[in-house]
Amino acid sequence: MAIVFKKTSVLTDTIMHYCPGCGHGIVHRLVAEALEELNLQDKAVGVAPVGCAVFAYRYFNVDMQEAAHGRAPAVATGIKRVLGPESCVFTYQGDGDLASIGAAEIVHAAHRGEKITVIFINNAIYGMTGGQMAPTTLVGQRTTTSPYGRDMEHCGSPIRMSEMLATIDGSAFIERVALNSTANIQRAKKAIRKAFETQMAGKGFSMVEVLSTCPTNWGKSAVESMDWLESSMIPYYPLGVKKEV
Amino acid sequence: MAKQLMKGCEAIAEAAIQAGCRFFFGYPITPQNDIPEYMSARMPKVGGCFLQAESEVAAINMVYGAAGAGARVMTSSSSPGISLKQEGISYIAGAELPCVIVNMMRGGPGLGSIQASQGDYFQSTKGGGHGDYHLVVYAPASVQEAIDLMQTAFDVADKYRMPVLILADGIIGQMMEPVEIKQGNASEPVKKDWATVGWSEKDFTRPRAVVNSLYIEVEELEELTGRLQARYAKIAEEETRVELYNTEDAEFMLCAYGTVARICKTAIAQLKKQGIKAGLVRPITLWPFPYKAVHDAIAAPSVKKALCVEMSAGQMVEDVRLAINGEKEIELLGHSGSRVPTAEEIAQRIIQMRGA
Amino acid sequence: MAMVTINEERCKGCGLCVRICPKKIMQLSETKLNSKGYHPAEVTDMEACMACAACARTCPDVVIQVEK
Repeated sequence: MAIVFKKTSVLTDTIMHYCPGCGHGIVHRLVAEALEELNLQDKAVGVAPVGCAVFAYRYFNVDMQEAAHGRAPAVATGIKRVLGPESCVFTYQGDGDLASIGAAEIVHAAHRGEKITVIFINNAIYGMTGGQMAPTTLVGQRTTTSPYGRDMEHCGSPIRMSEMLATIDGSAFIERVALNSTANIQRAKKAIRKAFETQMAGKGFSMVEVLSTCPTNWGKSAVESMDWLESSMIPYYPLGVKKEV
Repeated sequence: MAKQLMKGCEAIAEAAIQAGCRFFFGYPITPQNDIPEYMSARMPKVGGCFLQAESEVAAINMVYGAAGAGARVMTSSSSPGISLKQEGISYIAGAELPCVIVNMMRGGPGLGSIQASQGDYFQSTKGGGHGDYHLVVYAPASVQEAIDLMQTAFDVADKYRMPVLILADGIIGQMMEPVEIKQGNASEPVKKDWATVGWSEKDFTRPRAVVNSLYIEVEELEELTGRLQARYAKIAEEETRVELYNTEDAEFMLCAYGTVARICKTAIAQLKKQGIKAGLVRPITLWPFPYKAVHDAIAAPSVKKALCVEMSAGQMVEDVRLAINGEKEIELLGHSGSRVPTAEEIAQRIIQMRGA
Repeated sequence: MAMVTINEERCKGCGLCVRICPKKIMQLSETKLNSKGYHPAEVTDMEACMACAACARTCPDVVIQVEK
């Protein structure tokens, strides 16, 4: 019998600590597979964030650094400048990390055309700290710090990072994808590959925003969460390529 | 090589390059802009990289990444900027990464002033960022000493895998002095098999590298902090530096560091003319603080009284008092607000102490 | 002939594979519990499996292997 699907060796055998049905595991696999397929494992250095993916360095079977909250693009900049164009440097960041506390770092990494790849997980909430409102939380969405639902008058509307970063000259490839269907998961994988290829070709900054779920803090089952992603998140965060040079 | 006239900031930058530093990440702030400016011109010529970050916060995190990838790397700033870097410095200490940080102190708190100050002693020696850690802190008193300490700073950072701080002030940074910078003096690169440079299972010569300061289990974090404390004890034993000046038979002992120590030397010369014997104990490492040397200098039977002089409201004086542990009274001549004490003022104070 | 192997011990019983399977031949076991207390996923009708691996690709814990 031929293998149709088996776990890539660019993921370690460590059991992931994520809650049942959390999208992080899916994205970890896609990133690891992309690195394997592009033969980049021994050139890769990953930067883990603060957030649920804080332990990403346990799961990616590549050299890793753990950054302070929001600072992953700056850390990745330091690494890339030292290791040079042969290296493949990526960050893995959540929406609190990237769109809130790390807003300056991500904007300026893109602005410099930093030749790194950013994997941005948008699940519209702070997961690790217990479900607080993120800049990406949808209007009306209830979180532990927006118990009456996000009020646009009070705290603004959800931020669309991909569209914003696409306006910056230094960004070379930006795409938003989602995990809600087999086809979309395949598209996500393709986008992540494309982002790594963009980096290795020296074209500039690349980012893939992945719409993902947080069943635990959304108060939904894993299955309901995927359905909510589809019905509520995708209409506000349209999928597709936002920038390609 | 003949001596040349150089400004402190530029001399420090060139000394870093000669010490093998090839990566600099910084952000503009007065009075240290000459360092990044010099680096921006020099780094491309030596195959290095100067990058102006979007903030001090980003700059120190770039240092983290570069240090984690095995490079000799530094950053510089001045007091408010160093405050912003504290988060990153704590992470660098926790992740056991070597790097050099230069602080050209200016007046504070807040925006303070842009004149020289020594108000960051507490921040530099007692923590600064969160957690149980230390930096090795060197306090040069001349441009030449700053140059010489740059090489030491990089070597000590690599040897102990920790951040090292050069704590100077705006005066050292801005003044010009005749100096000599040894060319091509860089020490042999230290092997950094913990650095993240790319790894695969094909390469079993080392384990997968993970640069990290997160230890979620109590036992694991305690193992790290225990390792750090053991290292700090060794550093205190081996790296403590102090200068003793005219201490023999001195009746009055001054204690000061950096620029102020130089002014004290002038005061000592003035006092000598009046037949008053004063000496100076000058910590060169502020951490580890030279407790024993400071104690022995002040506790000497010939010493009647001791005076700590600082460009702060009194910060190092606490360590001096700890060193002497109540054996003698330590007086303080402290100026904050960036006012520089004069030699006459110091001499006058000693004369007052003599009469009292 | 397809074969789906599920590492039941590492399965967290989230049900995403059940949701995504185009043949609707996956379920969370009603009888089995793994040591973490989860009902692991299982295939109800292996004969009907096309080995499309949609289940494996949606599995966040990468516990499914598919052969054909």
